[in-house]
Amino acid sequence: MTVTPASFIKGTVSLAAGMGVTLKSFFQPVVTSQYPREVLEITPRFRGHIKLLASPENPLENMCIACGICVRNCPSGSIKKVDGEKREGEKRKRVTVYMLDFTTCSQCGICVESCPSKAIGFSGDFNIAGLKREDFYFDLVKEFDKRKKAS
Amino acid sequence: MSIDLRFFDLEIVKIAVGLLAAFVFVVFNALILTWAERKVAGHMQLRIGPKEVGPYGLIQPLADALKLLGKEILTPRNVDKPIFYLGPIMIFIPVLVAFVVIPFDSFLQVKDINVGILVILAFSSFTVLAILMAGWGSNNKYSLIGAIRSIAQSVAYEIPLLLSLLAVVMMANSLSLKDVVEAQKGIWFVVLQPVAFVIYFIASVAETNRTPFDLPEAESELVAGYHTEYSGMMFALFFLAEYTNMFIVSAITVTFFLGGYQGPFLPGIVWFLLKSYFLVFVMMWFRWTFPRVRFDQLLNISWKALIPLAFLNLLVTGGLLKL
Repeated sequence: MTVTPASFIKGTVSLAAGMGVTLKSFFQPVVTSQYPREVLEITPRFRGHIKLLASPENPLENMCIACGICVRNCPSGSIKKVDGEKREGEKRKRVTVYMLDFTTCSQCGICVESCPSKAIGFSGDFNIAGLKREDFYFDLVKEFDKRKKAS
Repeated sequence: MSIDLRFFDLEIVKIAVGLLAAFVFVVFNALILTWAERKVAGHMQLRIGPKEVGPYGLIQPLADALKLLGKEILTPRNVDKPIFYLGPIMIFIPVLVAFVVIPFDSFLQVKDINVGILVILAFSSFTVLAILMAGWGSNNKYSLIGAIRSIAQSVAYEIPLLLSLLAVVMMANSLSLKDVVEAQKGIWFVVLQPVAFVIYFIASVAETNRTPFDLPEAESELVAGYHTEYSGMMFALFFLAEYTNMFIVSAITVTFFLGGYQGPFLPGIVWFLLKSYFLVFVMMWFRWTFPRVRFDQLLNISWKALIPLAFLNLLVTGGLLKL
């Protein structure tokens, strides 16, 4: 350890500069959000589990035609079953069952991209936790109906 | 029935009451400082710190204390039992003794001993012994390394600490803390003895094992140093002693350099506590600013820089006083 007057002054100044930095941040407003008290807005690109989107014309209906392309395209085989029915006087099929096994989903988005009727999107729902595997088997049709009722 | 007031004039009663008051103060001080340290740490890192328990998290230390009280005191196998148990008790006794001589106000002092500062320094060197007992008794290599480091550090930094205080004692012409404060009626010693002040403050940070000199408990290297094996209330005693020591060294700095309880408008005790807690804040500020020094750097700072400087300061002070 050799100390010259120049290095001593330099060291002292840098110590003071460091203390200046911490004192400044001491009086700055905090940057953390207090999670359970305040929840940040979820960014639009956040990938939660997939959900059925409402039709732009009629928000009470979804656009799924139960074609099953998502089932065949899912690389993890997470979309278990998509079923629909054709009602009298309508051109398109309507989905009645849409089973998603979220435990194996990797949120890759291939289902969203491959959907011909743009009926699937990501939900911003990050707050899901469960004790059983079955807690993550979602029926998206039921989930859609629940949202419909809430709105 | 009236209480015979002469009862309180007895020296032994005075000291007993004083020690009791000191004990209460020690506990409150530690509770507030643990809260303050976490708040300061939080805000310096742009966080809030404790906030859930009570308003502004003020009851958090109480919750921590209750948790520590409820925990089992574990005794690891193969520890040196008497030494292991005595360690945390020993570290706590000198802490209480220091409060006997510190003048909180012109009338608020348990006993004005004419060798006051000598009493504090003599008893504070017990701390080293207690740390060695804790480190050796734990039968754990990390504890022992931490204790050995602490001793090397304390031995190195006690010398500049004493020498810098000695310069002030020479100017005040007394070892009594009250006389030192009274000698600063006109001008504080920090103005007359700036070098001694800086040396004393650096050495006192090292003596209390605070960052950047916290090698004895360097958590990234030694788990927790000498209190690795302690749990529950035994750990709490170490914790209590650390925060009380912080206050004591700050109180001595205030007494010797910053005019003690003297100040305009406000009562003396308020001034004394304000100054002391400001210095405690500066020590916390150090902790969240500076990285830990290396061990060779630690000893070099003391032996090659602080001690020669303190001697020089003493020499110059003596020369100027003679003139």
